Amino acid sequence: MAARDIIGFCILIALVLVMPHVVGNDYYIGVLIFAAFNCMACIGLSLLMGYAGQISLGHGAFIAIGAYASGLLTTELGWSPWSAMAAGAFAAMAIAFIVGIPTLRLKGHYLAMATLGFASIIHIVAVAATDLTGGPAGVLNIPRLSLFGYPLDSDTRYYYFAWTAVVIGLYLAFNLIHSRVGRALRAIHGSEDAAGAAGINTAAYKVQVFVVSAAYASVSGSLYAYYVNYIDPGPFDVMHSVLLVTMVAVGGLHHVWGAVVGAVLLSLLPEVLSFTAGYLQVIGIQYRPDYDILVYGGILLVIMLFLPEGLFAGMIAGGKSVWNLVKRVIRGKQVVRE
Amino acid sequence: MSGNNPILQLDGLRKVFGGVVALDGLCLSVGENTITSVIGPNGAGKTTVFNLITGYLAPSSGAMIYKNTRLQGTKPHTIALLGIGRTFQNVRIFPDMTVLENVMVGRHARSRAGVTVSAFLPAFLRPEEKRIQAEAGSWLDFVGLAEAADMPAGSLPLGKQRMLEVARALAIEPDLLLLDEPASGLNSRETIAMGDLIHRIRENRITVMLVEHDMELVMEVSDRVAVMNFGRLVAEGTPREVQEDPEVIAAYLGE
Repeated sequence: MAARDIIGFCILIALVLVMPHVVGNDYYIGVLIFAAFNCMACIGLSLLMGYAGQISLGHGAFIAIGAYASGLLTTELGWSPWSAMAAGAFAAMAIAFIVGIPTLRLKGHYLAMATLGFASIIHIVAVAATDLTGGPAGVLNIPRLSLFGYPLDSDTRYYYFAWTAVVIGLYLAFNLIHSRVGRALRAIHGSEDAAGAAGINTAAYKVQVFVVSAAYASVSGSLYAYYVNYIDPGPFDVMHSVLLVTMVAVGGLHHVWGAVVGAVLLSLLPEVLSFTAGYLQVIGIQYRPDYDILVYGGILLVIMLFLPEGLFAGMIAGGKSVWNLVKRVIRGKQVVRE
Repeated sequence: MSGNNPILQLDGLRKVFGGVVALDGLCLSVGENTITSVIGPNGAGKTTVFNLITGYLAPSSGAMIYKNTRLQGTKPHTIALLGIGRTFQNVRIFPDMTVLENVMVGRHARSRAGVTVSAFLPAFLRPEEKRIQAEAGSWLDFVGLAEAADMPAGSLPLGKQRMLEVARALAIEPDLLLLDEPASGLNSRETIAMGDLIHRIRENRITVMLVEHDMELVMEVSDRVAVMNFGRLVAEGTPREVQEDPEVIAAYLGE
């Protein structure tokens, strides 16, 4: 792992440790827990988008698979939450494999099309297969997780747990990127023809990274189910998949850190908007939650126009220019002293 | 040289794009450990030959036999594993990766680390990574790019990018190396360096086949020259024989 990434991890861990004391109320801790779920899914998605150059518009469906596997296996069959989470991840991986094999052999964005259709199917199943999924009424009484016999029963505990999971997920993703496999993925993104000439089985690698990204999404869904203890089809619609893609794109495709930045910022955005809405009401403008989607679209548009590399790259570039300015000021002072 | 065993045989190779016949029953034999150039006017089908041999295109009919293996229906990455390396007419390096990483990608087929071990037990793979790095480094040395190892590949001038692409192709340990216009866009000094490199590649017992427009380079490096026109072989022989062939002169100067 590069020194920069180690610094990134230190900053992330420090922020995770500090935030509960900064926000200090359960509601906002809850918001940050949801940000962790999105982060987890976006890490996997950014491996797919940034390193294999493929887009999935169906990651919400893999989140649903994780959530429903966790919900149903624990409540209906009495499985332990951990084995249900593992089963969900394996199911998601198997399905990704089946969806990926025919679509990723083709060049172009067939995966986006296939996953879009797949996400719609999963959502319809969740709504309509009432005997299995409980339909719109959902699955109730999903147990909480406990870690080594230590129940994760408060928001603060779950917060630390969820973010630890994100850090581990991030660590595994970095291991992958800085390996022979990651090099192959970057090569495929650079030039598929050249990667093939170097002996890389491009189709197989694209399927593998899609399967890995499905596992991340599924784990994210399981973590969600064990936190809210109740699931219904609502959050797993196609719009959620699109939102995840937006998070990765806004944060920046070319780096996993971009996915983290994008996921956290866009997860916090609704809070910022509802906060702003209060002020807007004071001056007589009625802001409705339906407008959120317009704001997301606007943000995506502005980012793509002005920071096509994403917010993360923008932040790094901004940081660098500030640092150069500081250096110039210091050097200027030295010149004066001489 | 022509007495060598053929490493590659093309037999009645035909490729039709829609209604256009790009290759019209090409027969060509490439001797082991030779340098064979394929020349011909634009549109003669030279690059199509390379794309067929390396699996990027499927032949309409005909056979391609490499060391007793039929190549048709084989995917590019499998062909690379069989020992056929190639470069591209428009350089295709990985611009965002470093020069060394580009060549490390070439070592892909000769190493094994998979997804699970890479993610969970990276320490276990460190010896392999070290080995890949060292091997890639020695190929960079071979083409004379060792000092540029840590630079982003995209920042190299074109001449060095072509050298880098050759190094990456060599890193797969090919027995047959296809160079698609290696001197295109190079200045005369770089072209001389490329010619020298091609000679040294052959000294490493690698058969070289190249498509090239720079006649000086072709005549200087080649043991055999194959001349194509309208998807067919017009002439084949030593550089001297080919230069004196009336059909070749006609193909180049027009009738």
